Formats: sequence, C-alpha cells, structure tokens
Amino acid sequence: MARITLEDVEYVAGLAQLTLDDQAKQRLLKEMGEILAYVDKLNELDTDGIEPMMHVLDISNVFREDVVTGSLDRDAALRNAPKTDGEYFLVPRILDTE
Amino acid sequence: MEYEPVIGMEVHVEISTKSKVFCGCANEFDAPPNTHVCPICLGMPGVLPMLNRAMVEASIAVGLALDCTISRWSKMDRKNYFYPDQSKNYQISQYDLPLCHDGHLDIEVGGETRRIRIRRAHMEEDTARNVHTLGSGESGVDFNRCGVPLLEIVTEPDLHSAEEAHAYLTALKQILEYLDVSDCNMEEGSLRAEPNISIRPKGSEELGTKSEVKNIASFSGVQKAIEFEIRRHKKILDEGGAVQQETRGWDADKGLTIGQRLKESAHDYRYFPEPDLVPIVVDQAWEDTIRETLPELPLPRRARIREAYALSEFDAGVITATKPMADFYEATLSAGAPPKQAANWLMGDFQALLSDSKTEIQENKISPEQLAEMIALIEDATISGKIAKDLLAEMFDTGKDPKALVEEKGLVQISDAGELEAMIREVMESHPGPVADFRSGKHKAKGFLVGQVMKLTKGKGNPQLVNKILDEELEKT
Amino acid sequence: MTMTLDLHSRTAHELRDALRSGETTAVEIAQSYLDRIADVDSRVMAYLDLWEEYALEEAGALDERLAKGEDPGPLAGIPIALKDNFCTTHGTTGCASRILRNFESPYEGTVVTRLKDAGAVLLGKLNMDEFAMGSSTENSSVQPTHNPWDIDRVPGGSSGGAAASVAADEAAIALGSDTGGSIRQPAAFCGCIGMKPTYGRVSRYGLVAFASSLDQIGPFTKDVEDLALIMNVICGRDPLDATSADLPVPDYSESLGREVSDITIGLPKEFYTDALNDEMRAKVDAAVAVLKEQGARVIEVSLPHTDYGIAVYYIIAPAEASANLARFDGVRYGFRHPDAKTVEDLYKLSKSEGFGREVQRRIMLGTYVLSSGYYDAYYLKAQKVRALIRQDFDRAFEQCDVIITPTTPTAAFKLNEKIDDPLQMYLNDVYTNSANLAGVPGVSIPCGLTDTGLPAGMQIIGKPFDEETIIRVAHAYERNRGFDPGKPPLE
Ligand SMILES: [Zn+2]
Repeated sequence: MARITLEDVEYVAGLAQLTLDDQAKQRLLKEMGEILAYVDKLNELDTDGIEPMMHVLDISNVFREDVVTGSLDRDAALRNAPKTDGEYFLVPRILDTE
Repeated sequence: MEYEPVIGMEVHVEISTKSKVFCGCANEFDAPPNTHVCPICLGMPGVLPMLNRAMVEASIAVGLALDCTISRWSKMDRKNYFYPDQSKNYQISQYDLPLCHDGHLDIEVGGETRRIRIRRAHMEEDTARNVHTLGSGESGVDFNRCGVPLLEIVTEPDLHSAEEAHAYLTALKQILEYLDVSDCNMEEGSLRAEPNISIRPKGSEELGTKSEVKNIASFSGVQKAIEFEIRRHKKILDEGGAVQQETRGWDADKGLTIGQRLKESAHDYRYFPEPDLVPIVVDQAWEDTIRETLPELPLPRRARIREAYALSEFDAGVITATKPMADFYEATLSAGAPPKQAANWLMGDFQALLSDSKTEIQENKISPEQLAEMIALIEDATISGKIAKDLLAEMFDTGKDPKALVEEKGLVQISDAGELEAMIREVMESHPGPVADFRSGKHKAKGFLVGQVMKLTKGKGNPQLVNKILDEELEKT
Repeated sequence: MTMTLDLHSRTAHELRDALRSGETTAVEIAQSYLDRIADVDSRVMAYLDLWEEYALEEAGALDERLAKGEDPGPLAGIPIALKDNFCTTHGTTGCASRILRNFESPYEGTVVTRLKDAGAVLLGKLNMDEFAMGSSTENSSVQPTHNPWDIDRVPGGSSGGAAASVAADEAAIALGSDTGGSIRQPAAFCGCIGMKPTYGRVSRYGLVAFASSLDQIGPFTKDVEDLALIMNVICGRDPLDATSADLPVPDYSESLGREVSDITIGLPKEFYTDALNDEMRAKVDAAVAVLKEQGARVIEVSLPHTDYGIAVYYIIAPAEASANLARFDGVRYGFRHPDAKTVEDLYKLSKSEGFGREVQRRIMLGTYVLSSGYYDAYYLKAQKVRALIRQDFDRAFEQCDVIITPTTPTAAFKLNEKIDDPLQMYLNDVYTNSANLAGVPGVSIPCGLTDTGLPAGMQIIGKPFDEETIIRVAHAYERNRGFDPGKPPLE
C-alpha cells in the first residue's frame, strides 16, 4: 500500500471537518502511517472469493409497521441545542455553495 | 455543428407513508417547524433506525410498475457528507444494491413511442429544510422533513430533448399517482426532478461532459432548464471551449442556471453498508403479493378503455389521465351510462366545474351513480341536454340526486304534443310577421319562432317535438 | 441499621435476599453504597455524575412498594451504575467527552428502562474513555479513573469507571459496553466479572454508538450468580433495534451449580504465544486445571486468523466511528465553538475542540479507509478477513463448547505508560477483539492475583447466543477455584 502523505492527511481532515495545526498534521501523519503499515499485514492473506461480512447476524427483513407513534415536544427537541429561536435550530447563515 | 442532446433524469419522490421511514413521526407536510421530530430523526446520540415496511412495499410497487427487476437481496448504506440539512451527517440510502433496477417506462412524443430505460430506483431518507429568512441573518433548520421516505428513480441517458424529458416526467407522475404512493407535488417538493444534460455531435456515440441541474419546482421549469443548458453547452462547444462537469441551480425568475461551486471532496461520500439495519430480502412470494395489489396502469388502461368503449384515442387519453378520473368514468358506466355520453359529460361540463372550483374529482359531491342517472334522464327525454347543463351545476353544488332536483325545480321536459301545439299556436299568433316570412320562403325565420317557443316553455320544451310540431303548423295554411 | 456498614460489600443476590427477608431496606442499601462512594471515589474517580438524591428517592419508593407486598422486580433495591454512554433521562449523558458535556438525553435507552422496570436503583454515570475509544480510561475528557487494586495503575478501558466501581464496591452491578474488549479487559484489570454477550443479544438502542457492528452492552458483577441475575433482565429482542435477535432468552440462573463433565474446553494455540506474560499464563493454566478436575475435557484448537484481528478491528471500528461521530456538529446538541461564523467553522472548530486526541485520530483513520480509492483495499478487505475470523470460531466450536484464553496479555499497566503510543495501546485488545469481530459472547472472570497483587482475568468465549454455557463453566470455576480473590486494598 502506498504511504500516507501530508496531502492525504489534509484531504481527510477536510472530509472529516477537522481543523488541524501543523503539529497535529505531522503527528497524525506519523501515527496513521504506523497504524496503516500495521494493518497492511492483511495483504498477506489471499481473500479472493471470500464474501465480505456485512452482518455478524444472519437475519434479514426486520421492519417497523407504518404506524405514527408520536414526536417530541418542540421544547424537548430544542432543549439541548446551542442556539435556537424557539422554533428552529439556528446555524450561521448557509451560503448557496456547499 | 449539429448536436444531439443526451439527457438523464433523477427524480426524488416523497412516498406518502403515514410515518417516516426510520421512526414513528408523522409524515406530514406543512406542520409548524420541528414538531414532527423525535430522537431518531433528530439524530440524537444512541438512536437506531428501523425501516418502515410500507416504504419497502411502496418502492417495490413502483419498481414493478416500471418493469424493474426487484433485487432479491439488497441493503441500506450510509452516504457521508456534512450539511446542515442532515441530522446525522450521513444519509441512509442505497449504494451498490438498489431495491429496484433495470426497468423502463414507455413515453409518447410526437405520436411516437419511446422506451426510456430506468437504471435504478432506491430508497433513502429526505433531509431537513433550511430557511434563510429569519431576519437574524442566521439560517434555521426544520427537521420535520428529515426522515421522510424518499424513492430516487434514475434513468439511463435515453432522453434527447426537453420535450421528451417533459413527457417522461408526465408519464412517471401518472404512474406514481395511479399507484397512490405520492402526492407528486413539485411545488411542495414531494416530487423533485434533476436532469443531467450533455450534448454531442450528431452521430457520435461518445457522451459529452454533463451538467446536473437542481432546484427546479415545476415540469415546465425542467423543460426550460434543459433548453437553457443545451443552448449553454452549444455555445461553449461552438466557441471551442469545454463543458465543466458540475451541478447547477435553476433560477426560475431569471430563467437561467448558475454553477454551484462545490469542493472536489464534496463528492467523496465514503459509502459503506449501514450496520444498524439488516438486509432486505424480497422473495418471489413477496414480490407476487405486491404485484397482485398493483392497479391497472395508465397505458394498458387507456388501451382497454379505448377499445372496450369505442372511444377516440384522445378521449381515452383524457379519461385515463388520472386514476380517479378513470375510476369515476368506469363507475359511471357500471351504473348504466352509455360510454360516449359519459365521456362527453365527464370531459366537458363536469371537467369545467372541477377546474373552475379547483376540486379533485374524488372529492366532488357528484357520485358516478348520480351522473349516470342524469344521463339516463336525458336519454329517456325527461330533461333536455340544455337543462342537464344547469342540473349538473346544481348537483355539483348540492350533491343532490338529479331526479329529486328535477322534481324540486320542475325541470321535467314538456313532451306533451297537445300542450306544445297550443303554445306553438300562441307564438304563431302573436308573431304573424315571421310566420309570413317563413311561408314566403325565408326559412331562417323558423329559428326565431323556435326561440320564442322555448322561451314560453321556460326551456323545458322537448326540442325535437317543438321542431316537429312547428314544422307541421307552418306547413298548414 | 447495624448492618448498613457492610451492605456495599455484598453481592447483588445477597442484597436481594437481605431485602426480601426484611433484614434491610432499599434505602439502607442505597445509603451504604453512597457512603462507600463518598469514602473512596475521590481516589478511584469512577463516577462522573452521581445521583445521590434520585437514588434515595427511588429506593424509598421501592421500600413503600415492598411494604405493600408488591414485587418490584428481580433487581429490586440493587444499586446499579451505568457507563456514561447510556442515554438516561435523569442526569447527563456525556460519553466523557467535551463535545457532549451536560447533554440531557430526551429519551431513555431500552436497557435502562429494563433495569428500572426490574426495580434497580440507579446510582449515576461512570467514567470511560471518550466515546469508548481506549483501553485505559485515560482518554476521558473529565478525569482518569484509578485501579482500586493499585491507585497508580489504570483500570483498563474503555469501561474503566464501570469495572472500578464494582471492584471498589461503589456499585453492586455496573453496565458497560464492549466494542473490542471494553468490558472484559477492564474487568480483568480490576478483578471483577465482565461479560460481552453475543452481538444482538442485548438492545443497543440508547447506547451512544462507537462502532455499530461491534458494540454490545454487558454487565460487570461481583460473582457469577449476579451475572445470571442481570443477564436475565437485559437480554432479549427490542423492536427499536433491528440488530437485536428475535431468539428466546433462557433463564440464566438455571446454568448455576451445574456440572461441567460434559464440557469440552478449547485452548486456541494462537493465544498462548510468547507475547503472553508467564505469570498470566500460569494463572489461566491453573484455572483450566480446576475445570479439568471437575471433569471438563481440554483440547487444543486453532483460530488461525487471530493475528489479523487487531488489523481488521482498527479498520472497521474507526470507519464506523467516523460516521457515527459525524452527528456531533454543534447544531442540535453538544458543544458549539463560540467563534464559528460560518457553517464550515461551526463544524470544524466545534469538532476540533470538542473531540479529544484519540477520537480525532480514529475519525481520521476511519475517514481515510473509507475515502475514495481506499474502500476496497481497507474496508472491504477487512470485512473479508472478518468473515474468516468468524469462520475460525465456527470451526473451533465444532470441536469444543467454550474457548478459554487469558483476557489480557499482562495485568494492569501504569497510568501514562502507553498513552503516547496508540499502536501499543491498541495491541492491548489482542485477546478480546476477535470475539467482537465474530460476534460471539465472552466473559472475563478473575483467576487470581499476580505476585504484585494485581488481578488476572480468564476469558471464556462461547458459541453465538450460548451465554448459558459460559455462565455454567464460569460458575463451576468460581465454586471450585479454592481461593477467595478478595477485595482491593482501598481502606
Ligand atoms: Zn422522528
């Protein structure tokens, strides 16, 4: 496996919405590099034709029936929010671009 | 250069289950903000989703109606991205194993039938709504819509004009309405169409670079947005430029699309199987059970109705435009009405009453039995066609039976020859001029006399009889 | 009131009997535990949120019901404490994280409801590694917890507070969660019993998720009879958890006191390597000998992919965690950075300050292995090897009824000893994580003290949904081990 680069660390931090200072980036580069080097040992195994495990349990079709069971009071829904106007959860203005 | 547009369509349909897709909150439009929310759809720590069986069954029904293969084994996946319309910052969706795949929908454009291939239809959850008009300069998030069941239906790039795209959407909406699985209201967002457009030199097999257009709130908007994009792509290519692969937003007021500058990483969704939900296994028996509940679909129903009742292609199309209309029509026939007359009344005066009052046919006060009874009153000459028009309006307002109204208002047609003869004589006596004109060969004068007779009968004179007796009286000298 | 002083040192079933016989009251029991906590928790630091008033009120209400002749349930009056990742409508649910500090859950987890319905008196919330990520409880954003047997050592993790609280008699029973060993490893370090049931046996609804396909709730108890008692309450299908199995739950108390002469014990050769400390090995060998004496057959089995467990685990767990922790974004709950002026800042600043170093490391790792171009090489590969690991267990269980291993390669290590070396810390899970990957149940039971007076733990792993046999073997060992593991020298 190719070695993880500083650019990878920065790209992944962007995906994960984390902001890292230079020191943190360097530290993560080293630590992630070591862990990824360790997990490379999986490549010793030939897994061609092995079905990946999706679920440890062999069950399927677990559904709920289409019944309305109720909702939270709005006050309870908003209670833990850092910022609301009593109706909406508030966030800084969302711009058109994502 | 001559170009050929290549268009694919992604449609998101909100499925009108009673409760949301993963929790027991009501699936209702237009509630006050954040009142249809619970720990699950708010993505509170520790909650787990539980898939709504009705959503799976509605999705299979749509898949079958679109001639899709229903996956014997499928699963839900997590699609990871951060945005304030998300409660978990991942959306539960289906990635590589959609519930339905490889179907098609036949559309008619310019008298020709075209087969549009459906690549896939998969289940997912809708997102929250963001509002930007709170005055505080901040944005608000309303999670009522978050977790509403959504079916995403994706075509192959088989559409080649804005007109075809419009025809596809119309046909798809008709099917969804026939299945009664969605409100299909584009303004309310329960049906959202996102076309992707590319163009290529005519005759070329290679696909050009596509742009995808979002934020369109009507079928005509889709058509206009596609036309705009085709022009925009042409201009770029003609000037020797290259089209950017991008997502663009439709500005209905300005009639143009605007590029949405997305970061490259915005499309790295890191899909992986949703560990909190178990696989969905649809065996033949379950598929068959759902297939049995499918209503007759628009195209076969139109063909059958056209043939069975000897209607024109056009009439059959109007009658089967919506399932409630077609159901009403056939119920009227079951109550004994002749097919042609029933179609005429339904498409004519009745349709006008519905449109003028913005009433849905299934919510109107007239029953199919009442309409059939009214047509029978015309057929047995109890009332005239002219009276029937007023009668229908009265029935539409009150919901009363036509017979009762005819009696109540004294609308029974005068078909008593003696009575009519006396009235005709009276008219002839008081209008000697026109009588003389007629007899001297000015046959146009008869129309005036008929009018006078009808006036005297307050419109209740049997028109055929009035004409016949008047002719006889005028022949006498 | 004469007995109040020692109530906290009793087991749950002893308390139950004392309460039913009228020897004591629920309030006296609760007070005894609260006194004990007041006495030792400044040293152990197991509790994050202590519900003193609530516990006494609940205990008082139970006493009234008992006085009226009602049966408040199998856990009536038993003081139980919960890891801080259980959602409770009383108190806070913070996962020992800054990002969730002071979070008041608007709902209650299924297991919490079951405990209350069974009459348990809840004492409060216990320390843990932040979001259950760690093996020492040093990753708590609030405080480290200390091992009651040696205050300079870690209690293990991530359910370190839960293990320490039971070991130090600060709770009769505690519930924790186990994703890669987070119940069994701290139980071994603290000298109590800790069980991870089969994946799907206990509802996860209301357990703040770390790695959804691996997480499982389980208990810490003082003896095996208590284990049966609590398992009878928490197991069983939950309509709110699609991954909870719809299987009958046996009465685990019927596994107590039974013989083991028909039991075959498998010893996986891959676990007994040079990495295993000699002293730990000797303790487990002695424990196996006790069972052999009771008539159990002992054979060697092979779990050939054992060596790949950690690698598989450190791909799958961070991948799932990276998605599970994405929701902590400062919008609906939790910490929001005051300087955030844009949505992007809101996410980035809140997460970067709200999450600790280990959590950020795992989010980064998990995001990386799922990112475009790496999914097949890491995540898919890991899920394939995971299937092989499960297959290993299926094959081994064709030859034996339970598998016995040491729970940990060494006894409890010192605080700060491994905190700066994540890979070394991860290797601590080497004997425990394969049970999570395979979804099979496992228990850690004390099997003696090292020369330095630290507990050693033996792990008994069973077939899927066969917790009965594990409890039967564990109880046979406990009854016949011939020594009293004693109490930590906290006095
Ligand atoms: Zn909800």
